[in-house]
Amino acid sequence: MTFTPFTNTGLHIINLMERLGRAGIFLCTSCLRIITPPYKLSPIIKQIHFIGARSLFLIIISGLFIGMVVALQFYDALVRLGSVAMLGAAVGLVLVRELGPLLTALVIIGRAGSSICAEIAIMRNENQIDALDCMAIDPYRYIIVPRFIGAIICIPILSCVFIVVGIFGGYFVGCVLFGVSPGSYFGGMFDAVLWRDILMSVIKAMAFATITIWVATVKGFYLHLDPTAFGSEGVSKVTTQAVVVSSVSVFFADYIISSIIL
Amino acid sequence: MSDDKQQNYAINIKNMTSHYGSVKVLDDINLSIEPREIMVVMGHSGSGKSTLFRHILGLKQPTSGSIEVLGKDLTKLDKKGLYSLRKNIGVAFQNGALFSSLNVLENVELPLREHTELDDNTIRIMTRMKLEQMNLADYEELMPSELSGGMLKRAGLARAVVMDPKLLFFDEPSAGLDPVTSAELDQLILQLRDALNMTIVIVTHELESAFSVADRITVMDRGQQIMTGSKEEVKASTDTRIVNMLARKARDEEIDGDAYLDRLMEAQRVK
Repeated sequence: MTFTPFTNTGLHIINLMERLGRAGIFLCTSCLRIITPPYKLSPIIKQIHFIGARSLFLIIISGLFIGMVVALQFYDALVRLGSVAMLGAAVGLVLVRELGPLLTALVIIGRAGSSICAEIAIMRNENQIDALDCMAIDPYRYIIVPRFIGAIICIPILSCVFIVVGIFGGYFVGCVLFGVSPGSYFGGMFDAVLWRDILMSVIKAMAFATITIWVATVKGFYLHLDPTAFGSEGVSKVTTQAVVVSSVSVFFADYIISSIIL
Repeated sequence: MSDDKQQNYAINIKNMTSHYGSVKVLDDINLSIEPREIMVVMGHSGSGKSTLFRHILGLKQPTSGSIEVLGKDLTKLDKKGLYSLRKNIGVAFQNGALFSSLNVLENVELPLREHTELDDNTIRIMTRMKLEQMNLADYEELMPSELSGGMLKRAGLARAVVMDPKLLFFDEPSAGLDPVTSAELDQLILQLRDALNMTIVIVTHELESAFSVADRITVMDRGQQIMTGSKEEVKASTDTRIVNMLARKARDEEIDGDAYLDRLMEAQRVK
């Protein structure tokens, strides 16, 4: 068979469509399993501990430094414009609308998403998923559902923690180091941040959580269908792909959600 | 053969053909396995025995033909029906396929926890009985990463039989084991059949293990079923591919090599 540039492009498109379709069916099946009984609490708690509790310290540290650097940058710019009183509003808006949910998702992708993808890929490699199927245990219910619920519960909460810690990081730089009045810092923030901004933040956090866990689980789950991913090298390849695809997807979703709500 | 007789088969495969994409991987397979029989499916790597294994478990659908397991046609079952059937089937994988986050006890009791309403105490008692049967009673707290190859296989076997299934599949029981451990595992398989009255299907490329446990043997080569018969029939076969397989093994193990080589020459002469 002769391959022309057209046939190659066509094959790539067919392949991409096939993978997107498979991922779509995977998401629908997972959602269906989430809303239908039986419900088991202990695997969900285990995932909340893994995704949430074990990421908490990292989120606090990241939130603190991001809040501090955002306050530093805004302070420098606002001094030039003579509007230092706007510092609290600027820090609050940037963290609530944008950086809180986005950076939380990126931290979770790096810490938990990659690990979840690798774990599921190894389960696939070592026939553990086939073993579940053979024991008449639904792999979606046993492996995927607890991770989905865990991520959807944890990421919005971690995002809130990130925002709160970031605001106090900004307070430390603005009020403690540069002498901005705490009243104007918090007052400006309360005036500027509206319920709509908080809603946007929650929607973004939940959307990013879904994207993060969807990409991580689907990449690991379908490792065997990728002929170029085999053995330990295959696990490493799909894990890298999961991190890249979920990060880019989160940036894309961020723009789409912002443009719809604003 | 009457229909009543057919319904008594634990497994009945008729004219089954299977493809991976455009490549034919199984060609016209016909195999009937009686209840309480130990059937060994034997062949080299790439002979199609593992694909056959996946078909009998309903993990892959055939291109044509039918597969009946415990009286149910797998090609006509939906997911729910398939899961209901699999509750009567135990599968022991080559590497054990134990969950690395669970210890041996938790791995073995998993099917009981998922499929029964038994209380914790009863589940523990039943699981410990199976672990004792597999000589794993002292290792229940260990994680899979702390087990040897033979122990992993026995733990996988314990999990496969914890629900007392009617049918047991064992993928490569002897692979990667030393001869003594392998012989112990063969004995365990025979004891299990007698104790639990189950039909056992073993997929292997190890001749010694195959001949020590099998009631009948199916020999596969390049997706084709070369022959199905008793151990004696297989040993007496003049099919070049089978004789080659036996001769190669005899050469490797230096057991009665001359006799096999004589038969190889005889087979080539007949051909």
